[in-house]
Amino acid sequence: MSFVEYGDTIKDGDTAIVFLGHESMFPVKVQHGTVTQTKYGVIRHSTDLIGKKYGSKVTCSKGGWVFILHPTPELWTMNLPHRTQILYSTDISLITMMLELKPGSIVCESGTGSGSLSHALIRTVAPTGHLYTVEFHQQRAEKAREEFREHGVEHLVTVTNQDVCKNGFGVSNIADAVFLDIPSPWEAIGHAKSALKAEGGRICSFSPCIEQVQRTCLAMEEYGFTEINTLEILLRVYNVRTISLQIPDLGKAAEDNSSTGFDSSNPSNQGSPCSNLQQGTVQFKSGVPLREMVGHTGYLTFATKS
Amino acid sequence: RKIIFEKQWFYLDNAIGHIYGTTFEVTSGGNLQPKQEVEETTTETKEAGTDNRNIVDDGKSQKLTHDDIKALKDKGIKGQEIVQQLIENSTTFRDKTEFAQDKYIKKKKKKYEAVITIVKPSTRILSTMYYAREPGKINHLRYDTLAQMLTLGNIRAGNKMIVMETCAGLVLGAVMERMGGKNSGFPMCFDAFSLIGYGSIIQMYPGGGPVRAATSCFGFPKLFFNNLHEFPLSKVDSLLSGTFSTETLPSEPEDNALVEEESNGLTDEKQISLQETEEESTTEAAMEINQTEEQETMDINADDVEFKDNKEKENVREKQRKQWERRKKLIETAALLREKNADGLIVASKFHPTPLLLPLLEFVAPSRPFVVYCQYKEPLLECYTKLRERGGVINLKLSETWLRNYQVLPDRSHPKLTMSGGGGYLLSGITVVLDKGKSDSSNLEALKMEEPSSKRCRVQDTHC
Repeated sequence: MSFVEYGDTIKDGDTAIVFLGHESMFPVKVQHGTVTQTKYGVIRHSTDLIGKKYGSKVTCSKGGWVFILHPTPELWTMNLPHRTQILYSTDISLITMMLELKPGSIVCESGTGSGSLSHALIRTVAPTGHLYTVEFHQQRAEKAREEFREHGVEHLVTVTNQDVCKNGFGVSNIADAVFLDIPSPWEAIGHAKSALKAEGGRICSFSPCIEQVQRTCLAMEEYGFTEINTLEILLRVYNVRTISLQIPDLGKAAEDNSSTGFDSSNPSNQGSPCSNLQQGTVQFKSGVPLREMVGHTGYLTFATKS
Repeated sequence: RKIIFEKQWFYLDNAIGHIYGTTFEVTSGGNLQPKQEVEETTTETKEAGTDNRNIVDDGKSQKLTHDDIKALKDKGIKGQEIVQQLIENSTTFRDKTEFAQDKYIKKKKKKYEAVITIVKPSTRILSTMYYAREPGKINHLRYDTLAQMLTLGNIRAGNKMIVMETCAGLVLGAVMERMGGKNSGFPMCFDAFSLIGYGSIIQMYPGGGPVRAATSCFGFPKLFFNNLHEFPLSKVDSLLSGTFSTETLPSEPEDNALVEEESNGLTDEKQISLQETEEESTTEAAMEINQTEEQETMDINADDVEFKDNKEKENVREKQRKQWERRKKLIETAALLREKNADGLIVASKFHPTPLLLPLLEFVAPSRPFVVYCQYKEPLLECYTKLRERGGVINLKLSETWLRNYQVLPDRSHPKLTMSGGGGYLLSGITVVLDKGKSDSSNLEALKMEEPSSKRCRVQDTHC
C-alpha cells in the first residue's frame, strides 16, 4: 500500500483501516506478530491480515468481524491522531479544486498541523508534484515527517520547521498554489506571493473568524492579488430512514379513508408513499438531517496572483 | 474569428502572446490591452454625506438624459469618461455616503467599462462557468459538489476509473485533470508518464457516443486521450452475463451484426444531438473524427499510392478500417472492464442511479470508493436501500453541500445576498468483498449497523 497508489493485498508495514461498522473505524499499522484488540475480539496480523486482500472481511476471535480497508487521505482524515484542529474533507475538496491542483503541481502549505490536508494535497499532486509544508512547532513537524515516511510519501513532501510569518516557505518562485491555515495569515501573504511562480498561481487562506478574513483580504489586495473571493462550505449528511406517520382518525367510515389518496391497493408506485391502513399509518423513505451538524469550520478566501 | 460575449463582439487575434490573466478592454471590433490596474481617478478630495435622510427619489437626480448617454456612447468615448460624466451630473452623488458612492461607481463601471480577462481553462473555471450559464446541461451539478466527488472518489494519477456521466463531459474532464496533470509543459515527459503513471479512464456512454463538449474546453494535450476508453452502456449487460465476447470477436468472418449496430449507433447519435440540441458537441466530435480520419488516409496514401485513383474502393476500405479500429478499441475496453479491478466509479447522469450503479459496481475492485451524483434526493434514497440489500458496500453516506459567498470589504462584510438553492446530492461509499452466503451476512450486517451510535466506543489499537 501507499497513500498515493492502490495495492491489492495487505503487506507488513502497511497502514490499514479497520472498519467496525457504523462509521466506527481506526487505523492500524500492520506488523508481523502483533495483535490488535477490537470489541469483536482479537485480530492477529500475521494470519488475519498479511496477504489478505484489501476490502476483505476478517473474523475476529469472538466470532465478530471487521472489514480491512485500503488507506486513503479521506479515511486518514477521519482517523488520524489529532495534534491540532484539522481540516475535514468537505473543506479540503473545495480547497483542492479552487487551487487548481493536479498531478505535477507544486504546493506550499502552512501550518502542517496534524497533516490532514497534507495527505490530500500529496495524493493530488503525485507522482510529479511536490508539497512544501512549514510548521513552526518542532514536535509536530517531527511527527509529520515520521508519518509521511510511514505512509510511503516522503519523496513528495518537504517539512520545514520555521515560522512562516517571519521566514516564509523556504522556497521562492516555484509554487503553483499556497495554502495558509495559521492564526495571522495576513502576515504571511508577502511570503506567499514570493513563493508563487513568477507567472502566477493561486492562494487560499482558511480562517475561522471574519476579522481574520478582513485583514487577510486587505493584505491580499495590497500585494496585488486579484479575483479575491471568500466562500464557506457546509456539509449536510442525511440518514436514510423509513418513516411512518399515523393517519388521524377523524371519525369517518373506513370507505372514506381509502379515498384520501393513501391507497394501499396501488402497488405501481413503489418507493413512494405506501400505506398500511389497518394500523392507520403511512410509510415512506426519507433523508433525515442529522440532529446536530457542523455549522461552521472556517471561511475560505481564494485569490489569484497573475 | 468573431466572438460574442456579454453583448460585446470582438476578435481574439490581439490576445495572442499575452500571459493568462491579462485584462483587455474592448474597442470597436478588436482588442486593446490596457494596464493591469487602472490608476485611481477619483482620489480628489471626497465629499460625502453621512446618511440618506435628505435624499429623495424624485427620478431627476441624473441630469443627463437617456439620449445624452447614448450620444456619448456612439461617439466612442471611453467608458471611464462616461462614468465620470454621470457622477458629475448626479445631484445626489455628493450627499450619498462614501459607501453608497463606492457602490454607485462600481455599478456604473460594470455597465460602461467593458473589460475582459482571459484565463486558462481549469475545472474551477469550467465548472463554475457551466453551473452559472448552462446548469441544465450538467444536471445542476454545482462546482462544490463536483469538488466533493473528486475527493470522495479519491481521484488521482494512476487510477483505473469508470466514469458514467451525462454532464457534457465536464465530470470526465475534471477526472482527467486530476489524473493527467498539467496541461502545459513538456510533451516528452507526458509520453513516458501516460504509459506508466497516469492510469486510465473508461467512460460508459448511452446512445451512439460519448458527449465531450466540455472536455474539449479543457484543452488537454492529445496524449491525455491515449488512456481514455469508452464503452457503450447498452453492452454492459452482455458483458456481465458473458455473452459479449462471442458477439464481437474479431475473427468472425462477416460482421453484419456490427455494421447494423454501427448504423444504429449513428442514428442514435443524431437523435441525441436533436434532443439535447448539443450541436457544439457533435461538431466537436465530428472534428475530432475528421482529424483522425485525415491521419489515417495519409497513412493509407503512403502505403499504397496506386489505389489512390480508385476512390470508392478507398472509401470502403476506409470504412472497414474504421469499423475495425472501433471494434478493436471496444474489445480492449471490454477486456479492461472484465478484469473487474477498477479503482473507483463516478456516476453523474440524467438517468436513474440505481440501475446504473448496481451493475457497474461489479467492475470495481474491493476497498475502492464510489460516488453517485443525482439532482434529486429521492432516487438516491432508493439507491441506498438497494445497495444495502445487495451488500458489498460499506460506509454509505448521503450528503449535500451548501455554499455561501461573502462580500468582504472594510466595515461592509456580510454573506452575499443571493446564494444557490441547490447543487444536487451525493451518495458515496466503499466497496468490500461480496460474501457468498449473502443473505446471512447482510442480516448480520444490518444488525451491526443498527447498533446505536452512542455505543460506538472507539477501540484503541494497543500497538499503534
